[in-house]
Amino acid sequence: MKQQLICIVCPKGCHLTAEQTAEGWQITGFGCPRGQQYGIAEMTNPTRVVTSTVRITGGVHPRLPVKTDGPLPRSLVREAVRMLDAVEISSPVCCGDVILPDIGGTGVNFVASRDM
Amino acid sequence: MKNYDVIVIGGGPAGLAAACSACEKGAKKVLVIERDKELGGILNQCIHNGFGLHRFKEELTGPEYAGRFIKLLQETKAEVLLDTMVVEITADRRVCCINTVDGYRELKAGAVVLAMGCRERTRGAIAIPGDRPAGIFTAGAAQRYVNMEGYMVGRRVVILGSGDIGLIMARRMTLEGAKVLACVELCPYSNGLNRNIVQCLNDYDIPLYLSHTITDIIGRERVEQVVISRVDENRRPIPGTEQTFDCDTVLLSVGLIPENELTRGAGIPMDRRTNGAIVYENMETMAPGIFACGNVVHVHDLVDFVSAESEKAGAAAARYALGEEISGRCIELKNGNAVNYTVPQHIRLEGVEKLCEVFFRVNNVYRDRIITVTDEAGNLLCRFPREHMAPGEMEKIALPRPLLEKAVGSVTVSVIAKEELTQ
Repeated sequence: MKQQLICIVCPKGCHLTAEQTAEGWQITGFGCPRGQQYGIAEMTNPTRVVTSTVRITGGVHPRLPVKTDGPLPRSLVREAVRMLDAVEISSPVCCGDVILPDIGGTGVNFVASRDM
Repeated sequence: MKNYDVIVIGGGPAGLAAACSACEKGAKKVLVIERDKELGGILNQCIHNGFGLHRFKEELTGPEYAGRFIKLLQETKAEVLLDTMVVEITADRRVCCINTVDGYRELKAGAVVLAMGCRERTRGAIAIPGDRPAGIFTAGAAQRYVNMEGYMVGRRVVILGSGDIGLIMARRMTLEGAKVLACVELCPYSNGLNRNIVQCLNDYDIPLYLSHTITDIIGRERVEQVVISRVDENRRPIPGTEQTFDCDTVLLSVGLIPENELTRGAGIPMDRRTNGAIVYENMETMAPGIFACGNVVHVHDLVDFVSAESEKAGAAAARYALGEEISGRCIELKNGNAVNYTVPQHIRLEGVEKLCEVFFRVNNVYRDRIITVTDEAGNLLCRFPREHMAPGEMEKIALPRPLLEKAVGSVTVSVIAKEELTQ
């Protein structure tokens, strides 16, 4: 079975082909080793870095941008963003501060992506 | 009148990089003027990641990328004026600005860097027929509402245009609980990056309608329905292909326009194709001592390239302010086959160290082409093969100075098929 993919590691967007063989997924068409890794991950356990915002009081804006400090399984993305609805923090916050730890038991955290 | 070596207009990614590099290159008094209440520009609302892969070799969000440059600027002696609007600049480098603390002021600069960025095309610019209810936003305005101000702009959304901001907002609105019904694109190809089609539309099963456009918007107070139609090869709607969506919001991601009111006001010659100032190899405009960089010159796809270009402009502005001027032979760059524009438009050999970087965009999607650089005598100066080219992806080539020195007259950048080259 062959499958066409577009690499999302960088803005170049290489066109990958994934083929299942006896040794696992064989990826071709990648421009760098990260593309090969992406192709294998996309066929076995697709993940995404997730960005969103949370409520903040006392800051220059009412929303603070956050991101996951590692990739989350794609199936958890929507649930992870929902979990942020209940979070409200107060200024000051530093870029990198943990806002929501251990999302769904993955060990991945939401962290602030700016000072505010 | 207060004097500065370099005044930078705009505190977004272009202005930040230009100011940092002006300081680094020896300008003593540097001022950044920003109209918003903080530095960082549009990066502050671009909370998604993917910035900085070229620059920092890691994937940052917009605010993180801005934060790095803001820190760099804070380490310099540059002054920053926030909440301040520049209302006029003149060709002799007077900068008139206004804010609520100092009122109206005139400043004098040894060199000026224009880094005002761009703004979005609106419904008015593309003349969509239909009613004029609430609920129609440019994608960037919606992005600011959702990501910074904390307002949800709608629940059922149709997006017109498949530029990157539109794609990013399709995902963002979906994650915030809205239903994005369609992303509608006039062209037969998307103008956004491939990776954004994958991770913003495909991941969330949002349909992309290529060769379609909005032909009617219906609603009294608020948007109620949107009608889309397929278009023919001349981009005219085909009767009988209408589809209606029940929705309350339309987001427009239909292009960006460099914001050049100040540039025009100063009488600086513009390029009709980029909607930005005509620039030389070091990003100097045709007004001596006035430089321009970033999206105010031409719209970029990647902020990393904005930073690099702006560092070039900032460094050149510092050198100019310190008394260095460039003269000598100037080569005009012309647009050949399939090339929509080039930046710079003129190259002064004296300003080129080893290589002169040239940025351009092509007018269509191409596979397996060769970029050729030829002179007026028909000599092929150099060529660059490309597997894939698209209007949405800015191209970059680097021309070695020795080759430019050999060029007869003006130089033309073209894109041709491989077979044409061997003939």
